[in-house]
Amino acid sequence: MLEVTLRHAWPATRDGEGFSLDVAFRGPTPGVTVLFGPSGCGKSTILSAIAGLLRPQSGRVALDGQVLTDTAARIFIPAERRRCGVVFQDARLFPHLSVEGNLRYGLRRAPREAEGPSFEEVVALLGLGRLLARRPAGLSGGERQRVALGRALLSRPRLLLMDEPLASLDVPRRAEILPLIERVRDAFRVPILHVTHALEEVDRLADTLVLLEGGRVLAAGPPEALTAEPGLTLLAGRRDAGVVLRCLVAAHDPGRGLTRLDFAGGSLLVTLRPEPVGSTLRLRLRARDVSLATAPPEGLATHNVLPAVVEGVAPAPFSPHEVLLRLRLGPTPVLARLTRDAVGTLGLAPGQPVWALVKSIAFDHGGPA
Amino acid sequence: MLTPEEWQAVRLSLSVALRSVAFSLPLAVAVAWLLSRRRFLGRPLLDAVVHLPLVIPPVVVGWGLLILFGVQGPIGRPLHDWFGIRLVFSTAGAALATAVMTFPLIVRAVRLSLEGVDPGLEAAARSLGAGPFDRFFTVTLPLIAPGILSGAIIAFAAGLGEFGAIITFASNIPGETQTLPLAIYAATQTPGGEGTAARLAAISFTMAVAGLLLAELVARHLRRLLGRS
Repeated sequence: MLEVTLRHAWPATRDGEGFSLDVAFRGPTPGVTVLFGPSGCGKSTILSAIAGLLRPQSGRVALDGQVLTDTAARIFIPAERRRCGVVFQDARLFPHLSVEGNLRYGLRRAPREAEGPSFEEVVALLGLGRLLARRPAGLSGGERQRVALGRALLSRPRLLLMDEPLASLDVPRRAEILPLIERVRDAFRVPILHVTHALEEVDRLADTLVLLEGGRVLAAGPPEALTAEPGLTLLAGRRDAGVVLRCLVAAHDPGRGLTRLDFAGGSLLVTLRPEPVGSTLRLRLRARDVSLATAPPEGLATHNVLPAVVEGVAPAPFSPHEVLLRLRLGPTPVLARLTRDAVGTLGLAPGQPVWALVKSIAFDHGGPA
Repeated sequence: MLTPEEWQAVRLSLSVALRSVAFSLPLAVAVAWLLSRRRFLGRPLLDAVVHLPLVIPPVVVGWGLLILFGVQGPIGRPLHDWFGIRLVFSTAGAALATAVMTFPLIVRAVRLSLEGVDPGLEAAARSLGAGPFDRFFTVTLPLIAPGILSGAIIAFAAGLGEFGAIITFASNIPGETQTLPLAIYAATQTPGGEGTAARLAAISFTMAVAGLLLAELVARHLRRLLGRS
């Protein structure tokens, strides 16, 4: 368990307004805690404080029962003795060392009894073999972040802190690194605190999601539950508002080009997926991809027609002409985005049974969980 | 080409300049680090004191050293009484005077390159388990090496030409404290010394220019080694 309580205020100066941070949250260990919020919400500052690179005015940070910071008890373990590996947004590789020198920097300083992956394992997992003799100056952005990730991992951290490691990369590079982070999470079971403002990273990585805004925690909890809160959908934005579903790959039907995914509350037929049967997936079911019918429809191309119950109707925060409906499919909450007009015409109200329609091709995003 | 006395002046100059750099380099790096990385009470004062030799007349620096390090001075007396070290009128004294004069040159060069080092790299080293000394010697020092070296070479070249502070504090003793500039001065004061003065002046000029070129070359080479250009 990672427990974090922090309070810190920066006074206003001539160059800018003041900022105050006042947060408290918990994260699972092992597991991935994602801090999500717009830039300037304080998420990188929280990471610095956990790493010990920033001394908070008051607060407490504990990892698996060991106190790292406790201002009340005057405890502040220096960063170099916290064993929190940090992957910085700008990589921060040592320019005077080769890639191998960078990778071994933390390894050499890790306590001998610390368990963790070997140099060879990390090099193999992150595909760094070809780069070992190179200098950081000659690496591409994606290669730098891979080396930075490897360097942090090899310091045998008790907690891996990732400060928007993908933010400075272009889309293809991101698509290359994100699966590596998943592999690191699965292969080494090191707890991860991941800071991002990209929704895709939340969907694919988060076991616990902490939503931040203006130095405060808006909400914290499992992403499946948080994403179903209509009040919080503004964070995802109009396009991507929707719930995250945790699914099990139940069966492939290559003949029809379909995969069946089971989730608590039903199953979905989606376009054939690459993941093997039995693996778990996290998919974002976007509110705009969910339509509704009050009677079971016929003659429809849509594969997925799921019985549901309307739980709530709320105005969409991003448009006066749209409405967000909170549905329940068994235990699973789902959001649907409709026009105000459609809701009125169908007379949709809480408690009403409906049919939720989801196209199979609505899931061309997301990835393995 | 040169008389034995002239060679002696050349050798003495090199020795005094070398000793002055060896003496002031570690201290200059420490002071530069303090000035660029730490905020403490009295920092502006330290900054000013370090840079004083650049602006006050060298003779005044020499005079100040004479007051402090003279055999009756507050530092000179214990040095003499307890350790038998006498700095006035000695080669070591000439090196000390030179070190004080060239100190700001090294501090400025080191400070400039320290300010070019991303503090984020030091933070990264911390997160990887490196303590203060560890990260200074494995990250900061290698990254400022070009600045240290070029600062040292420039201080060495400038030290070869120190006159006022040496002649005031250490006097003009052939074989002891008579470095090149002092020998040139002595030659111009001696009837028939024009030839000596011209030869020594030419050597002095050559060494200074060579020093500057070397500093530039070394810095460029090191920068390439560090993968920065």
